[in-house]
Amino acid sequence: MMVTIMILLIFGLIFFAGGAIGIIRFPDFYSRLHPAGKLDTGGLVITMSAFALYTIQPFDLEAIITSIKIILIVVFVFITSPTAIHSIVDAGIRAGLEPWEKQEDK
Amino acid sequence: MLLPTYRCLIGPTVFDRLVGVNAIGSKTIVMLILIGLIYKRVDMFVDIALAYAMLNFIAVLAASRYFQKQKGLYDKTGKRTPLI
Repeated sequence: MMVTIMILLIFGLIFFAGGAIGIIRFPDFYSRLHPAGKLDTGGLVITMSAFALYTIQPFDLEAIITSIKIILIVVFVFITSPTAIHSIVDAGIRAGLEPWEKQEDK
Repeated sequence: MLLPTYRCLIGPTVFDRLVGVNAIGSKTIVMLILIGLIYKRVDMFVDIALAYAMLNFIAVLAASRYFQKQKGLYDKTGKRTPLI
């Protein structure tokens, strides 16, 4: 059980690190949304499932309820995070932000 | 946690800052649960993290709804001069 939790946490860390670096490195606002939206949500899902596995260990009723609540957070973020990113893109397009083209002259 | 804050400070346009805020929000949720594990009182911190997830979502929605009316982002002559 502990090994699976450790593996899940390492994967979650990789996802989060990728998301954070992606937010910095990408050239344009629209391309920066990909890591922010996907990797953060994915990292959150994996890390939260690791926490849920950890809290469920004593197997008494109270621990099971807490891990169910953690799974509830995962489901909630899974639904809301893409919609939030979608509203940001919507606002970006309405405000007249052009996507970045690769300049050949550079 | 520091990298999205850097994006929040430097980001040329307002929307980069929104992306940074959203990233920080999702990372704080995980950190809240970690703090709960440290203090051995997870069920209290799970509720706080759930409330924070909702707040983060609504804040990003409201901010993006507010900023979409901003016309002065890029002047239409093609010059990339971010005004904000």
